[in-house]
Amino acid sequence: MALIRQLQDSLLAALRKLGAVVLFLGEILAQCPAAFARPALISAQIHNAGVLSLVIIMTSAFFVGMVIGLQGYDSLARLRQEDILGAGVALTLIKELGPVVTALLFAGRAGTSLASEIGLMRATDQLAAMEVMAIDPIRRIVAPRFVGGAISVPLLTAVFNAIGILGAWFIGVYVMGVDGGAFWSQMQEYVDPADIGEGVSKSIVFGIAASLIAVYEGYNCAPTAEGVGMATTRTVVTTSIAVLILDYMITAFLI
Amino acid sequence: MDASRAADNLIEISGLRFSRGSRLIFDGLELAIPRGSITAIMGPSGTGKTTLLRMFTGQLKPDAGSVQVAGQEVARLSRPDLYALRRRMGMLFQNSALLTDFSVFENVAFPVRENTRLHERLLRNVVLTKLHSVGLRGAADLMPSELSGGMARRVAMARAMVLDPELLLYDEPFSGLDPISLGVVLRLIRLNNDALGLTSIVVSHDVAEIAHIADHCFVISEGKVIASGRPDELANSESELVRQFMTGAADGPVPFHYPAPDYRQQLLGTY
Repeated sequence: MALIRQLQDSLLAALRKLGAVVLFLGEILAQCPAAFARPALISAQIHNAGVLSLVIIMTSAFFVGMVIGLQGYDSLARLRQEDILGAGVALTLIKELGPVVTALLFAGRAGTSLASEIGLMRATDQLAAMEVMAIDPIRRIVAPRFVGGAISVPLLTAVFNAIGILGAWFIGVYVMGVDGGAFWSQMQEYVDPADIGEGVSKSIVFGIAASLIAVYEGYNCAPTAEGVGMATTRTVVTTSIAVLILDYMITAFLI
Repeated sequence: MDASRAADNLIEISGLRFSRGSRLIFDGLELAIPRGSITAIMGPSGTGKTTLLRMFTGQLKPDAGSVQVAGQEVARLSRPDLYALRRRMGMLFQNSALLTDFSVFENVAFPVRENTRLHERLLRNVVLTKLHSVGLRGAADLMPSELSGGMARRVAMARAMVLDPELLLYDEPFSGLDPISLGVVLRLIRLNNDALGLTSIVVSHDVAEIAHIADHCFVISEGKVIASGRPDELANSESELVRQFMTGAADGPVPFHYPAPDYRQQLLGTY
């Protein structure tokens, strides 16, 4: 009985938080036109969240690509179907792994930095000081970071996919000896624009979710050292779960 | 209250009630702050002095009662009107609250850049003038992390003044300062107030320091104003609580011990 009560409470708490996050999104969206009027602020955030994440995204993508190349080759070789390695790798990456892994890496690299930056501003009264200076912190601080993050994730996903495919090509063609022409032509044959559309829509949704969770956790953190730490942790945990749930929902909807 | 007196007061509070959770912070608080003066708001820690400042700026809303600043009911203002009112105020935070990613110059320029479209050259002059007035024109290119506590407080002061407000709020401006910095900040509060024709409100429990510069003091305890008057009047107050506060006695109406079960029983483990 106590267990059911506990479950009920945590479910209610989760729903309440979801509501708060959606309301916060509304507040941010209301300030987005003002944020777009100052592109310099947004491009600075694309640099922070996007450009500075490139190294981790590219490195991870290359290794993920090589692993898929190896596993794919191993499986396909048993069926004597090595030639379709390129198509298999591209579909796996573009539809699924690219958007998901990029969003998870983004949460770890950029989401934590967004949450702790805003959280520290909260803890040191910088946000309160802005309010008193008649500057809306949502307009000046939160909205540009949210927009910058949301723009960065689809771009990072594209980079992830490209580097991942190169990694798989390196292993498949260069190391394992799959025919290079077959690798690329089969990819061209089997990857439809709809597949790319699925990946792109996922990356857009994940970008919005990951950036929203990071700025929400930072903005609403307890103004203490512990509060900032917890906000950072919650950013990674909530983003990871949200991305995986959203991924299932979008996939189920599109297939 | 007649109209002429009301016009002389920049802030008027009546019947203010506010609670946090189950804890009642203000219980029918009344006070009026005249224009052009330096008013000290004092009281033991945890009496809600900072909370009161946040009522003036509209960051908190009262549960009941009225908080009027410049004749406007703060809690009822629309967002644009509240922001317009805030442009007429400056606030110095206890921890200075400088933007850590910006230089001293950019910190002071920040409210101007965000709220006006001043030409860069004019902006530079305004910022340098304000920094000069707190003695830190030479520190314009430093980052907040390179400043001492006293310097950070003065930069925050320049930032609070940069839009030439009518009202300056100081939240514990002396805490953690060495005697020299403290003297500088004290002098600046008086100087700014008189030279710029401001109204200043200083929240502090540094009784001796604030007595030097305040024109008027309010002592708040348990949600109400328990005494008000000139600093010298308060020092001779008949109220035991006010005297304890003004002389800093460790025990008195505000007890040294937080309420606890019987000491002997607790140590013997029978409680």
